[in-house]
Amino acid sequence: MDLTFLIATSIKIGLFFTIVLTFVAYSVYAERRFSAIIQDRVGPNRTMIPTSILGFKNDLKLPLGGLTQPIADGLKFILKEDFTPGHVRKSFFWLAPCMTMVPSLITIAVIPFMSPIAWDNGETTISGAIADLDVGPLFIFAVSSLAVYGIAIAGWASNSKYPFLGGVRASAQMISYEIALGLSIIPVLLVFGDLNLNRIVQEQSANGWLLLPLWNEAGMIWQSSYWENGGAQRWLLWIPMVLAFIIFSISIFAETNRTPFDLAECETELVGGYHTEYSSMKFALFFLGEYAAMVVGSALIVTLFLGGWSLPFGLDGLLVDDGAFPLWASLLHMGVFLSKVVVFILFFILVRWSIPRFRYDQLMRLGWVVFFELALINIVLTALLIAKPTLDKQGPNVFWISMAGLAVFSALMFLLAKTVDEIVGPGKRTAPKSSPATAS
Amino acid sequence: MSVVKLKRPELSVSDKLTLPALFKGFLVTLGHAFRSLKGKSRGAESLNGSGLGVTMQYPEQKWDEQMPDYYRGVPALVTDEQDRERCVSCQLCEFICPPKAIKIVPGEIPNEDPWAKVEKRPKEFDIDMIRCIYCGMCEEVCPEQAIFLRKDYAVTGTSREQMVHDKDKLYEIGGKRVGLVNKWNELK
Ligand code: SF4
Ligand code: SF4
Repeated sequence: MDLTFLIATSIKIGLFFTIVLTFVAYSVYAERRFSAIIQDRVGPNRTMIPTSILGFKNDLKLPLGGLTQPIADGLKFILKEDFTPGHVRKSFFWLAPCMTMVPSLITIAVIPFMSPIAWDNGETTISGAIADLDVGPLFIFAVSSLAVYGIAIAGWASNSKYPFLGGVRASAQMISYEIALGLSIIPVLLVFGDLNLNRIVQEQSANGWLLLPLWNEAGMIWQSSYWENGGAQRWLLWIPMVLAFIIFSISIFAETNRTPFDLAECETELVGGYHTEYSSMKFALFFLGEYAAMVVGSALIVTLFLGGWSLPFGLDGLLVDDGAFPLWASLLHMGVFLSKVVVFILFFILVRWSIPRFRYDQLMRLGWVVFFELALINIVLTALLIAKPTLDKQGPNVFWISMAGLAVFSALMFLLAKTVDEIVGPGKRTAPKSSPATAS
Repeated sequence: MSVVKLKRPELSVSDKLTLPALFKGFLVTLGHAFRSLKGKSRGAESLNGSGLGVTMQYPEQKWDEQMPDYYRGVPALVTDEQDRERCVSCQLCEFICPPKAIKIVPGEIPNEDPWAKVEKRPKEFDIDMIRCIYCGMCEEVCPEQAIFLRKDYAVTGTSREQMVHDKDKLYEIGGKRVGLVNKWNELK
């Protein structure tokens, strides 16, 4: 615990916290502008800096395109009356908003925002994450799923029916998708053989992003050395990786409670869902918690599947100076990382304005019948593909026999899931046995 | 009439897999986004869009040219070609007005007045524009065709008092109606 570490960590905490909060604020703005553009509208484009309330003659009319809108929004939330209805359970009512916002913010601790910086002439390296944990993804799952307590408690403490339904829905949904989420990244961790997010990114920087293995340590895809160095193996593994990516991203959507999975707060059925009774800054905390979860989710997807802070095509190698990255390279990497996150946030927004909400039983079936099984099968598939060289040594057909076994296993899994779903699944309410009473 | 049997379109494989169908949806929304950014959204021209989507940006752009003939703006009183107030303060409009926006103080026309035969004219005629819902009932009910809904829409004020149109203001907006005034053939 030396001084450099302390200072560096406090700087990182301040910096990353500010970055994430800015991202949260501006993703609200981006959501409003992007949705407007999708719907042939304009969106908030004329918020100005109100210098007139400071005693100047006119407002400062800068062509900002409404970029000061988040500040105005924030001010509005702070100045609004914070109303607590009389029928709520006070202490929990106050606790709930914090419990949704805080977990999302804690999870940024393990995400590497930039490459490790060499310090003291390479004596020490400062990690790009606030806490360079060796169990990064596990930490994120453990903490981020706490957010559902916030929602469930909000629903319960509000002491009224719509929030309650919202809270119940949120918890059921979170449990279902937490499983798919956890299972879907096991293949990824199998490939990397590591749980440290920073090392995962470094690995991707050298050997190609998980979804874009176009280069590895030996060279580019069009060079023969690439193929001699296990390129074919990477492309074979690419199939389960894409599957994992799809399951993981969709589960992240469900985890962050965004459309098409925003059943916990769907306006059409539940008024506002779990935050119906909330107003002012407490509502804002829920609102921003959702966006913070979205930012962290995007950051996690980018880190695991799209190379985190690394540049494509092994360009990072050019930046290395004395076996480590200088400060400017790390800052460049941070820019790269943040732009990838921005792209993903825009994708989140696009999805929200393109896809209608799921019906609740469809949501449950998707989670339990499709994703749960797919993620399980994906693990076995990845394991087999990784073990292929070893299996081939044991006999020419061992690999294919195991693949056939996997096929049978998958068929059985889906059959089982379907049968169970037919019998007890949601939306499969059996008709009453007796014939309906007739009016006499 | 012969019966034409229509075949319900079947879900294709890509529809059943959901994911390709979702991407089709993304293409639709992204297409809108691109067209909107280029200022080529469908209908942008006829709606006089500002260049981003089809929206007209209000204080800079006004929709006076696009305004339909049937537009109901602020209610106003009119005089006839001899500058006589058409309103006879029968108070029908005051009673029909759903939000009770109109307040009339009827007055008698003195005997020496050339229009003494008309007998009555409003002494005061206030329409509270905060209450008015622009329904046009007053125009419809008026037996003298004295009150009309004009095309003005930008009614602003900094206090409640300013939002009450008194008689002078109403005549100023309404102006003079000449020729055959018939409330059913629109002549605004
Ligand atoms: S338009 Fe309707 S609401 Fe307005 S003054 Fe006339 S009757 Fe009343
Ligand atoms: S405006 Fe027409 S309806 Fe209203 S008081 Fe005058 S004459 Fe009667």
